[in-house]
Parts: sequence; structure tokens; C-alpha cells
Amino acid sequence: MSDLSIDNTKSEGMPHQVGTAGDFFELLKPRVMSLVVFTGLVGIVVAPGTLHPVLAFTALLCIAVGAGASGALNMWYDADIDGRMARTAGRPIPEGRVTPGEALGFGATLAVVSVLTMGLLVNYAAAALLALTIGFYLFIYTMWLKRSTPQNIVIGGAAGAFPPMIGWAAVTGSVSLESISLFLIIFMWTPPHFWALALNRLGDYEEVNVPMLPVVAGKRETRKQILIYTVLMLPVTLTPVALGFAGVVYGVTTVVLGAIFLALAIAVWRAGEAGDEAKSDSIAKRLFGFSILYLFLLFALLLVEQWAGIFVPVI
Amino acid sequence: MAVTHMDENNRHEIETPVWTEEMIEQRRARSRAMAWAIAGFMVLIFAVTLVKLGANVLNRTM
Repeated sequence: MSDLSIDNTKSEGMPHQVGTAGDFFELLKPRVMSLVVFTGLVGIVVAPGTLHPVLAFTALLCIAVGAGASGALNMWYDADIDGRMARTAGRPIPEGRVTPGEALGFGATLAVVSVLTMGLLVNYAAAALLALTIGFYLFIYTMWLKRSTPQNIVIGGAAGAFPPMIGWAAVTGSVSLESISLFLIIFMWTPPHFWALALNRLGDYEEVNVPMLPVVAGKRETRKQILIYTVLMLPVTLTPVALGFAGVVYGVTTVVLGAIFLALAIAVWRAGEAGDEAKSDSIAKRLFGFSILYLFLLFALLLVEQWAGIFVPVI
Repeated sequence: MAVTHMDENNRHEIETPVWTEEMIEQRRARSRAMAWAIAGFMVLIFAVTLVKLGANVLNRTM
């Protein structure tokens, strides 16, 4: 016979907390969401064709809510390790402000609503890509790759690279080479960006047995991989120019910004090779900060070229 | 923090949390936020309906 009794002893003596609207908003990872919304907006703006502003707003809202839902579901699944890492210990679930069940319900509801709304109000291609993004982030990255392979960030980075593709699909109803090039820029940017952070958070990941590259392969290998991915990323950032939807301003600025990115990656590598771990970690921290600015500027340039009417084709 | 209630036959103990004024206000604020979100969603659906129908709403065979 199954036991259907409810055990209340666990809550005895514990404060009964009520999650505020702010706590639930925090589950959506608003900082990540802002970059996702921005890259999604660029996808909408640079795509050929037009989309009514109300529909464009709806598409962006769906991308934002879908990304937020992924964040909430990620926090629900990772609550056990979040509480043991300094960077994530202050999140709503480890602090007891929101229960895991509430986070799961909240995330799942928003995920379903965002995909359905995108499908019914914008188009099915964008909705399918949004569903793929949420599913990829939750099932492939969070549940599978993150705790099983040091390649977690490389493959899992695809989830963060989809938003401009979704924006593009919202306008055109399809996937094209141009939208794939936007996807590839973020995809190639993610490993050096995240590993630069991981170099400084090594202890955290060791503590919770998450096989991030520096934990499994060591700091030297991570610095080498940062350099390799940076070198691979640079030509990818110029594909919008080659495909004709980015102009001279984007091309020249991207080369300059890419040179700075590469210089920082080389500096991280060289300081490590010279045996100065502290200096290498310090430069890696700067590289992490710069990488966020770098991606923002690249997409901002695409946006500005279209909006400000300064688009001059290179080819 | 917990109050114990006994049912008629005194067989089960059921603990119910005590809701303080602060907690009730937090719950109200959360409900208000949810109401605003639902209202916003309704406005969005209405706006998109207008956009999708556009001038066609007047093109009807009489």
C-alpha cells in the first residue's frame, strides 16, 4: 500500500517564506535576458523584410520570456550545486526565497506560454526555434552536458546563440545563411568568454564536481583553448560582411575589436606560460569583462548600420 | 511558527503555517504583479488582433 501521508516535520521551526515578485523576476536571470533580447532585436532589424512594430515587440517579448523560463528551469535543476558556489549561493532557491517546485512551475508555464504565443501571434518557424532553444538549454546543457563533459560550454553555448536566429525567423519565417552566421558568432564567442570566467572560479566548480575545462584539463589547457577559440572566432565575426548584410563600419570596427580580444587572449596565455598565475587570472578577468562588451558592440554595429543609414557594402 | 490542529478523532496532526502581516502583504504584492502581467498579455493579444485584422475588419460582404 502506498503511503500518502504528508510529512510536515521538515517545515517545523523553519520560517515560512513567501517569494516576492522580485524573487521570481530574479529567477529569469535578467542580466542574461538583456543580452538575449538585444541579440534577438538585431536579428529582427537586419533580417530582410518588415515586421509590424507590435509583432516585433511580441517576438522580442517571447524571446525574453522564453530565455527567462530557461533561466528559471536551470535554477530549479541546479539548486543543489548553486547553494555551494559563491557566485550562485545568493540565488532565490538556495536562499529559500522560492521553493524548487515554485521555480519549476513558474519556468515551465512561461516556457509553454512563450512558445505558444510566438507560434500563434508571430510564426511557427520562430516558435519552433524558441522551443528548440529552451529544450536545448534545459535538457542538453543543464541536465546532460554541464555535469558530464568539459565540452559542456562548447556545445551548450548553442542555446545562447539561437536568439538572433529566432529574431530573423520572426521576420522571414525561415532560417538562412545570414542568420546562421549570427548564430555562429555567439557560438564561437561563448567558450573563450566562459572559460575566462571559469579560470577565476576554479574552486567553485571543483567543489561541486562540475567538469568545467579548467577543473578537468587544468588551467594551462584552458588558456590554450581560449586562444584557439579566439583565433577561430575572428574570421566568423566577419561573415556578415562576406554575406553582404554588414558594411564597412562593422567590418573595420570588428577587426579592431577582434585584435583587442586576441591581444588579451595572448596575454592570458603568455602570463600563464611565464608562471605568473595571478597575473594570468587577472588578465582573464579583464578578458571576461571585455568579451561581454565585444559581443554587445558587434551586434550594436549591425543595428546602427541599418538604423543610422550608414551601411556601405564592402563587397 | 506552526500551529497544530487536531481533527475530530485526534488521529492526525496537521501543521498550518502562521501568516504574518508582512507575509500577507508580500503575497498580495505578488498577486498584483501577476494581475498586471495577465492584463498586459490581454492588451498584447488585443493589439496583435487589431494589427492582423487591420483594415480587413471592414471588408465584409453585406
